[in-house]
Amino acid sequence: MSALVAVLRLGRPVTPRLLLAVLAGVGAAGCAIGLTATSAWLIARAAEQPPMFALMLAITGVRAFGIGRGLLRYAERLAAHDAAFRVLAELRAASYAHLARLAPAGLAELRSGDLLARLVGDVDGLADLWLRVLLPLASAGIAAAAAVLVVTGLLPVAGLVLAVTVLLTVVGAPLAAGAVARHAERRLAPARGELAETALETLHGAPELVALGAAPRALAAVAAVSDRLAVAERGSALGAGTGTLVAGLASGAALWVSILTGIAAVRDGSLAGVGLAVVALTPIAVHEVVAPLAPAARLLPALAVSAGRVRDLLTRPEPVAEPASPAPVPTGPLGLRARSLLVRYPGTETDALGPINLDVAAGAHVVVTGASGTGKSTLAAACLRFLDPAGGLLELVGPHAAADITTLRGDDVRRAVGLCEQDPHVFDGTLGDNLRLARPSATAEELDAALGTAGLRAFARGLPKGLDTAVGEHGARLSGGQRQRLALARALLADVRVLVLDEPTEHLDEVAARAFVVELAKAGAGRTVLVLTHRPELFSDVGWSRGPDLAARGADAAARGS
Amino acid sequence: MQRRLLTKGGTAAGGLAVAVALGLAGTGLAIAQAWLLAHVIASAFLGGAGIDALVLTLALLAIVLLGRACVSWASELVAVRISARVKADLRARLMAAAVAQGPRLAAERSSARTALLVTRGLDALDGFYARYVPQLVLAAVVPVAVVVCLAAVDLVAALTVALTVPLIPVFMVLIGRMSASHRDRRWAALGRLAHRFADVVAGLPTLRAFGRAEAQVAALRRVTDAYRASTIATLRIAFLSAMVLELLATISVAMVAVGVGLRLQAGDLGLEVGLFALVLAPEAYLPLRRLGAEFHAAEEGVAAARDAFALLDEAAGRDPAGASGTLEPPPRIAALRIEGVSVVQPRRDVEAPAGASVEVRPGEVVALTGPSGAGKSTLLGVVLGFVAPTCGRVVVVAPDGTSLDVAALDADAWLARIAWVPQTPYLAPVSVADNIRLGAPDASEAQVAGALAAVGLGDVPADRVLGERGSGLSGGQRRRIGVARSLVRGAPVLLLDEPTAGLDAEAEREVLAAVRAEADRGAIVLLVAHRPGAMAEADRTVAVCWRGLGPGADDDTGAEADTGAEAEADAIELTNACEAGLAEADEAELADAGRAGEAELADAGRAAEAVDAAVLAAQAAVSGARGPRA
Repeated sequence: MSALVAVLRLGRPVTPRLLLAVLAGVGAAGCAIGLTATSAWLIARAAEQPPMFALMLAITGVRAFGIGRGLLRYAERLAAHDAAFRVLAELRAASYAHLARLAPAGLAELRSGDLLARLVGDVDGLADLWLRVLLPLASAGIAAAAAVLVVTGLLPVAGLVLAVTVLLTVVGAPLAAGAVARHAERRLAPARGELAETALETLHGAPELVALGAAPRALAAVAAVSDRLAVAERGSALGAGTGTLVAGLASGAALWVSILTGIAAVRDGSLAGVGLAVVALTPIAVHEVVAPLAPAARLLPALAVSAGRVRDLLTRPEPVAEPASPAPVPTGPLGLRARSLLVRYPGTETDALGPINLDVAAGAHVVVTGASGTGKSTLAAACLRFLDPAGGLLELVGPHAAADITTLRGDDVRRAVGLCEQDPHVFDGTLGDNLRLARPSATAEELDAALGTAGLRAFARGLPKGLDTAVGEHGARLSGGQRQRLALARALLADVRVLVLDEPTEHLDEVAARAFVVELAKAGAGRTVLVLTHRPELFSDVGWSRGPDLAARGADAAARGS
Repeated sequence: MQRRLLTKGGTAAGGLAVAVALGLAGTGLAIAQAWLLAHVIASAFLGGAGIDALVLTLALLAIVLLGRACVSWASELVAVRISARVKADLRARLMAAAVAQGPRLAAERSSARTALLVTRGLDALDGFYARYVPQLVLAAVVPVAVVVCLAAVDLVAALTVALTVPLIPVFMVLIGRMSASHRDRRWAALGRLAHRFADVVAGLPTLRAFGRAEAQVAALRRVTDAYRASTIATLRIAFLSAMVLELLATISVAMVAVGVGLRLQAGDLGLEVGLFALVLAPEAYLPLRRLGAEFHAAEEGVAAARDAFALLDEAAGRDPAGASGTLEPPPRIAALRIEGVSVVQPRRDVEAPAGASVEVRPGEVVALTGPSGAGKSTLLGVVLGFVAPTCGRVVVVAPDGTSLDVAALDADAWLARIAWVPQTPYLAPVSVADNIRLGAPDASEAQVAGALAAVGLGDVPADRVLGERGSGLSGGQRRRIGVARSLVRGAPVLLLDEPTAGLDAEAEREVLAAVRAEADRGAIVLLVAHRPGAMAEADRTVAVCWRGLGPGADDDTGAEADTGAEAEADAIELTNACEAGLAEADEAELADAGRAGEAELADAGRAAEAVDAAVLAAQAAVSGARGPRA
């Protein structure tokens, strides 16, 4: 629950809107209760056949509540939706802003699509916390409390009974439902997953299952899983039904006990006869208003789990300590220098890289070799100041001065040092959108030149819509090679002095890779280029100099030690 | 569609009858409650009766209240039971239809999309059955019953209700019409927003590297906000009709109350009757209002049902894939003859294969060769009966010389004669032995072990349980299990699609020897071969080739299902195919390039499926994380 509170704080900027929605909601619920109570009073009083003017106020009240309820409900709906959208925007922006400070080194284990999708689902799902739980709870709760006060004024015992039964509906019913359904619900999610898996397997294998005559057996297996799911669903429904039963019994009890005490009170004169109708009928309206809260409250446990995951993420330590008074990045052509550089990911005990020594002179094209798992991507992350060195020194070296990377601001470093990642993200937009990310002001010629170097020009020109072609989610409409080339074009377009390329030839075939290396050397003229690859033999032309082999760092360190 | 969902089969009928009975019981109890309440209050207030005088009525009231709680509890349980039963039934029928159509459907509809429909898609029916249908029953019964009861005691109140209640469904239809398109657009836009958020989060490392991460915070806020503004503008109108509905219901109740009050004051009416009308009048509107609130649940259910019925109708509208005749294949097959078979490939401007002909006799191994995309696998599909040839035919020749078109054969009987090994054999997540027994459930342990040894997998334990899609095995091992499976089937016809791709020379030799042994025992063997080893083992090789259909033939048959985006994807795919084609430069590289090209084409085809699968996985993860929806 403390996680829920922490996440609730994210919605704080929207508080006025939320209050507006609650206000309208209280009004609407109040009108519903008021309509019943006033009508009851009106009819009871009218039965005593008083003069007409004695009923006028009640008649006006009944009409006003009848009209007010519809209008206020309309206002509540609009205000609640407006507030929910604002909350969603806040939640997304706030969680994104936190994530942006962590990425990519602080989110290393979130690389898997599943976890990320779950996180995004968690954040979006938390908007439900306001719209479906908190707003109804607040408005119905306040209106019910007001009704309890009115009834208490008429007959204290009836007020107490009403209060107890409302609590039973809002708190007791969801608890009872949860207790009954817990066992079944725990099996629900795994059963759903198993069904999805078996169904997909069977559909994938359909042609062979048919050919082998094994389809009936496979279908029977799916049906067995489906039956297990149905059992779990029925168990879960039994829980929800129990909630309904508890709420229904509470509502009935409120009505019955109110009447019983009301009759006794009328007999001993502590309640006016007219008040009996009000005391007896008001609980019906109150329970109608609070009944939807029980299912809403049942969302809370799942939301608390979501909130916990989001909070865990938002309270992670940042992987980089930004300097209090940042030094300027050296001007002029830049090189890189590493001395006994050690890097480790936050929260881990082992070095992901190092110790290594590296010298990349300004304007040089250097190839660092490393098999997978030897820390290539870690070195790239350190060069872009996504990670702080755990030991040793990493410097940006200008013609006049060198600067320790830890004295620079991360954003300043990344204006000077660019990266083409090993597994680049292609955004769901057009080819042009993805390119201009690197340089929003890029001209058509610049885009074309970058595409040419990356070997994507012919492809782009061949498309009916050219650069306005949508690339699909994660670039799904491009082949692996095309995605890689798009990322290269993007990196080349960025106006940086040092370009770090992590496995740039990964998805290219031999011929394309060799052509690319030649183009890269040309495009990189005047820039410092650092290539991290497990295929250094591709970069054997003149103009490429060989840096250290990360796999041999142990030997290297030993040599330095001696 | 709603009617079809309600009347569908016999599965729901029994449950629905119980639901209606419970609805009727609930209505009776509501009326009884109103009358008892009115009686008790009137007696205590005007008659001055005490608890002792009202004991019986109060006891009855307690029983009625208890009964109402139990009825609403029971109707909820019944609704969920109906829903679970209908879902299980629909699921079984969908799976059966999809699997029967499998060989054909695979090309047209992704498995992941069907799997999504069978799981999460059908869950949308819960809302329909568990919430909408019970309210529908109540909405049909309660207003009528209330009006009849009111008419018996107070005609004016009855008229007030009778005149206003019918207006509510009218407005509900209007709301439905008006808001359906709004809502569809809204959900679509909401989906796009969520997708954009997910995309930006996934791309954070890239955004940071280019210094664009901070800019996205503002952009996210701006986009959501712009969306909010436009949505609220449309919601203002959409909610307006809901407001009219709400007003109608509450003002009617107010009118009844005021009318009753005035007549009471004038002495035209007794208090008991007045209270009865006051308590009962709102009951007439409640189910209708709740029905309006569940409209959305119903629409979601109907949308899911539409998908499900579409698939079922599609399947019912044509025969299951496979041969569709009734003839028994001859007990002994003297030859399998392919006579000028051509297949026009949907969405590709080609005929592949184009006019393929070959005859294979028992004891022969014939290899089909040709560049990738020539239609070799399609030709095997024609032999299986999964693919209908555009022209030409495949016949089985009996020993007496009579020949039968395979299209005229009974599908199951014909498939029982065939052992087919596709390029990537399907592996179930069961033991290796059970996978091998898939096509021959009665195979003995010795037979399984013999087949494993024959394909060079003697060292793989037969009781090893495989992971999802054979994970834990190399591609070569998977293929060899597929071959072993075909061996234990002892079928007279063997169709092998590149059985030795990805195998080292030693393994290839073993697999080919096993295939040769099958031919020696009298099997007809047709295999697709790329590699020289496999070609050399064959008695004959037959080249399969494809033919372009010229610029005049517009093949965009799938165009009506194509969105613009998909058409673009096709354009990209075609470009890919061209690139792959250009790369096929010399003979030595042919096999590699062909495989790469095939893989790329297959990738492109599967890309959409992969996205669907990702959606499925993500949804599973989200649902697992968020727990069941209440």
